[in-house]
Amino acid sequence: MKTKKARLITNLVTYGVLTALFILLTVMIDNKTISRSLKGQLIPICCWIVMAVSLNLVVGISGELSLGHAGFMSLGAFSGIVSSGWLLNGFGMEDPTLRLVLAIVVGGVVAGVMGALIGIPVLRLRGDYLAIVTLAFGEIIKNVMNCVYVAVDGSALRFGFLKNDLPGTLLLNGPMGAVKVKAISTFAAGFVLVIFTLAVVLNLTNSRSGRAIMAARDNRIAAEAMGINITKYKMMAFVTAAVLAGMAGALYGLSMATLVPTKFSFNESINVLVFVVLGGIGNIPGSVISAAALTILPERLRFLQNSRMLAYAVLLILAMLLSNNPLMKSLWKKLIPRRREARSGEGEMRS
Amino acid sequence: MSEEKIRSKTPMVPYPSGAIVPERDLGSIPVLECSHLGIEFGGLKAVDDFNVIMGKTEIAGLIGPNGAGKTTIFNLLTKVYQPTHGTMALEGRDMGSMTTVDVNKAGIARTFQNIRLFGNMSVEENVRIGLHNQIRCGMFSGILRLPKYWKTEKAQHEKAMELLNIFDMADLADHRAGSLPYGAQRRLEIVRALATHPKLLLLDEPAAGMNPKETEELMENILRIRDRFQIAVLLIEHDMNLVMGICEDICVLNFGRIIAKGTPEEIQRNPAVIEAYLGKQKTTEETESKSSSGWKDMHERKTTEEAKA
Repeated sequence: MKTKKARLITNLVTYGVLTALFILLTVMIDNKTISRSLKGQLIPICCWIVMAVSLNLVVGISGELSLGHAGFMSLGAFSGIVSSGWLLNGFGMEDPTLRLVLAIVVGGVVAGVMGALIGIPVLRLRGDYLAIVTLAFGEIIKNVMNCVYVAVDGSALRFGFLKNDLPGTLLLNGPMGAVKVKAISTFAAGFVLVIFTLAVVLNLTNSRSGRAIMAARDNRIAAEAMGINITKYKMMAFVTAAVLAGMAGALYGLSMATLVPTKFSFNESINVLVFVVLGGIGNIPGSVISAAALTILPERLRFLQNSRMLAYAVLLILAMLLSNNPLMKSLWKKLIPRRREARSGEGEMRS
Repeated sequence: MSEEKIRSKTPMVPYPSGAIVPERDLGSIPVLECSHLGIEFGGLKAVDDFNVIMGKTEIAGLIGPNGAGKTTIFNLLTKVYQPTHGTMALEGRDMGSMTTVDVNKAGIARTFQNIRLFGNMSVEENVRIGLHNQIRCGMFSGILRLPKYWKTEKAQHEKAMELLNIFDMADLADHRAGSLPYGAQRRLEIVRALATHPKLLLLDEPAAGMNPKETEELMENILRIRDRFQIAVLLIEHDMNLVMGICEDICVLNFGRIIAKGTPEEIQRNPAVIEAYLGKQKTTEETESKSSSGWKDMHERKTTEEAKA
């Protein structure tokens, strides 16, 4: 059991450690003591942390399986790129920070609206339907994005499904995706987005709405009998997660020079789900750690060349086995005496 | 416990349509009115022609052998099942189009036979979930930690503690609900239901798993919450001491139908009730064949209900 106080301490430690890491990494960037590969990965790591934490809101806190989280990221990425390009070419807005913030907001709103549209019919259903529909949603988004052309002509946006009839500067080029994007994402923006996401999810969890979301997950019938509108709170979790994923997408999209729609495939959705499962379902700090670790890991394994992904899979399985091993668990308990006390307390209560 | 307090009940007076209500409730609208309520599961009448009128502060009991349809009636009243026949009204408001959530908001709260607490949450959080529609705070106030959030959190905490204090559970507030002993879990379910500010409290076997001392305390507590919150209580219970001790009006069900209604004294004398519980006096052969078919029937009934649930 986690008391209110223990929860507060965990949250403060999470914020504190992340802030310390951010400061450390910024100093390392200034001193140029950071490796090039890690430096290039800092923004993606922030994006995947946001993705993992937001998916954990759906899978862990709300208890619904969503397999299309990358779809929301894709929507956020491309709407962010389009809005950033529109502001730059159409209105001559040069300030990259302002453009980035606006792009992230647009990405979040677009993904959130789409999340609401998907959620309204689906969240009324029970069981695995949401998983199936979100899976299909992710694929549909990928395929639609694959044939959308967007150009900015003067200050007007032109949409089309054929390249030829679009005048002006092309922003999205169908299957080629976004080309010649001006990378305006910064590590600081990523850090702010991570803290923002953590604050949203952790604050939500410890509020009236969050308790209602968890009540709906733990016991649907009892929650309804207590006057909790299940659909409303499932929606709340789902749409919040979609908004956050869209924001992460915008940040991600604006950190690359090119981005193809097929990047956000089913594989990426599953990847985020792996972060969530490895970090612990419902465990927000765990999601942060596992998302960061599993984003860095494949890069670190490059020396293995072709067997890189094989080693990645083996390491994943080992991590799962070790964290669930009774021997390891008892070792953890010895290392962390607080847990043992809580257990003996429970024993007394039962007897 | 004061024996007198329990025994001294307001006299029951007749009400139109053959029901009885406590004399003190004559002036107010009946809290619950069911007429010809029934539900069929694929041709099987799990509840049939259920009529009941409950006064504003009446404590009524619903008894009957296993599989008689008592919990099904609770599920009908809370709209977990949609009734196929009849009407129900809560303080004169028709409940036909209400959902489970609406029913709770309108003023019916319930506990469950198989405890349905939020086991991984603390005792206090469970009560706070009961307060969901009483002390409200929107999603954005919660996320942005606006002053309203702190105000409502404090109000929820105070109200939860006040309610837990009724059952002397305030010191357990930080414990995990699932780790409580069985009796305490049952009490917590009552507190959680009370937190939704009901007009009618439905208790499904509140004394199950309690020892005689706890049952005595429970009886006293039920009377106390009735007096304090001025609510009606409808309870399902197999503990006859509790039922006869605090219920003013008792309704006996068998095979989904009401076989007797009346005050505890009337019920105890009623031959149909004695027959339902103990069986009719017959020759040995008859009793055997009757009871075996009866068992089978009851068993089938139960499995269908479970399958539906």
